[in-house]
Amino acid sequence: MSPIWLGRRLLLVGYTLLVVSLIVFAITQALPADAAVMLLGENATPAALAAVRLRLGLNDPMWLQYWRWLFALLHLDFGTSMRTGLPVGSMMFVALSRSLLLAGCAILMMLVIAVPLGTLAALRRGGVIDLLAGLVSYLGVSLPEFVTATMLLIAFADRLQWLPATGYVPLTQDFLDGLRHLVLPTLTVALILIAHVSRMVRSEMVDVLHSDYIRAARLKGLHAGTILFRHALRNALLPVITVVALDVGYLLGGIIIVEEIFAIPGIGRELIIAIETRDLPAIQAGALIMAATYATANLLADIAYAVLDKRIRYD
Amino acid sequence: MIELFRRLLRTRQGAIAIILLLVIVIACVAGPFVAPHDPDAISFLGRFHPPDAQYWLGADELGRDVFSRLLIGAGRTVPIALMATLLGTLSGAVIGTLSAYLGGRWDEAIMRTIDAVMAIPGLLLALLIVNTLGKGEFNAMMAIAVAFVPGMARITRSVALVARRQDYVGAAIARGESSAWIVLREMLPNVAAPVVIETTIRVAFAVMLFATLSFLGLGAQPPASDWGLMVADGRRYLHQAPWMIIGAGVAIALTAISFNLLGDGLRDALNPRDER
Repeated sequence: MSPIWLGRRLLLVGYTLLVVSLIVFAITQALPADAAVMLLGENATPAALAAVRLRLGLNDPMWLQYWRWLFALLHLDFGTSMRTGLPVGSMMFVALSRSLLLAGCAILMMLVIAVPLGTLAALRRGGVIDLLAGLVSYLGVSLPEFVTATMLLIAFADRLQWLPATGYVPLTQDFLDGLRHLVLPTLTVALILIAHVSRMVRSEMVDVLHSDYIRAARLKGLHAGTILFRHALRNALLPVITVVALDVGYLLGGIIIVEEIFAIPGIGRELIIAIETRDLPAIQAGALIMAATYATANLLADIAYAVLDKRIRYD
Repeated sequence: MIELFRRLLRTRQGAIAIILLLVIVIACVAGPFVAPHDPDAISFLGRFHPPDAQYWLGADELGRDVFSRLLIGAGRTVPIALMATLLGTLSGAVIGTLSAYLGGRWDEAIMRTIDAVMAIPGLLLALLIVNTLGKGEFNAMMAIAVAFVPGMARITRSVALVARRQDYVGAAIARGESSAWIVLREMLPNVAAPVVIETTIRVAFAVMLFATLSFLGLGAQPPASDWGLMVADGRRYLHQAPWMIIGAGVAIALTAISFNLLGDGLRDALNPRDER
């Protein structure tokens, strides 16, 4: 991994954020909402409205408003929420931390379930576990998050009463209760990840198990467990990094719905509230932070790949 | 075409997909005629009626028959998903092919911008677009189409680039074939296959995305008998009448599964060498 490669890769992240900021700004400008009316209410006098427009610079040309917003962004100033009057940046970052907790739990659950599932399916192709893995992968990609979430709610919260239905309890406040509230949202988000990754692990494992170096290891008389864990799994797991990084896009989209259904005050729910109330600075900040999260995840995946796979040399 | 269909039927996924899709097509076309009840008929005594011989999948909070509403919903959801996918795929394919054709710096610029757009989650992009255009079925369809463009552009481009470098294309050039022959007879069939597979799988995704938008109150509007809307509606009566959610949820899942199966079946049928 050369510094030039890393520099170019960072430049790409910058370009991504610039493009996203342009798109997000354009969309918030096109949204049918008048910031001045939103701040003062429907009954404001035309004079008061005009004064607010002048103060916020809403009469200025579009490029000037964009430039002003971008300039403030570079100083990490995301603006103030029209709904609450509080700084949007800190609000969104607190929300993001809750979403990342959910995403982290989902990725953990995915690793615990998908890797063994995919490996066992590859070892016994056509067997019961292979069929089960196939079923899980079809269900995962065919159930929208809101369906999975409501079905889980019916089963585990309403009928069995094992888990709480909705709400969010910070782990620092009550660890066990916090975990109990996280189970169903995590399961919902993890399902699609499990579907993608178990399928990927399976097909990679099938490939690797047919490769020459595994045959050589078998002929050498190595123990089957050694072959599986020390030789096969290592190489089969590499592409999983890329799949997970690309899935962050799905993950963030899915989190919007899951947080809305389970009433988790994460960035997805904040975004939905912002969109519903036409809180333009909050929409801009939320969308940009989501895109930045995606770009960062992909950057980290590329770096991890370069570090782990010695065959790949970026320059 | 018939040969492809025969090969598709020989794959396990393809055969199941064809059967499921046949059922869905029948539901879409014949739904309004075979529905056992009027989907909009309100009946006070039928409120929250559990599933039985009269109401196969139960009745909702207004006593409307869930099964009949699902049938009518199929005729709206599936065509919208198909249209959205088609629009998104066509626009994406044009951009992707153009990028591959231009090559060099233009290709680099277009693809880096496409990558950048993909940093916005598809659902978020669709949400923002529907809110800009205004809620409703047509606008939801347009939003899904736009959300599909970057992904399809990326896939078409990579496929077009690979096809251009193939030996058989070089061989055709060496044979002195015309450009039209090379593009239409040598490249297009090999470009079309992966794009068709991806498009098929995207239809499943479009069904899910449209249902999600309706669930959020941005797609179909009440009192339409739309699947996503029915789940949103059923959430309030989750305890009294879980069948309101289960029926619509299973309908969405089955439709998405059949298009996913069809995509996988097509992949096997179009690449007979790949044994996985």
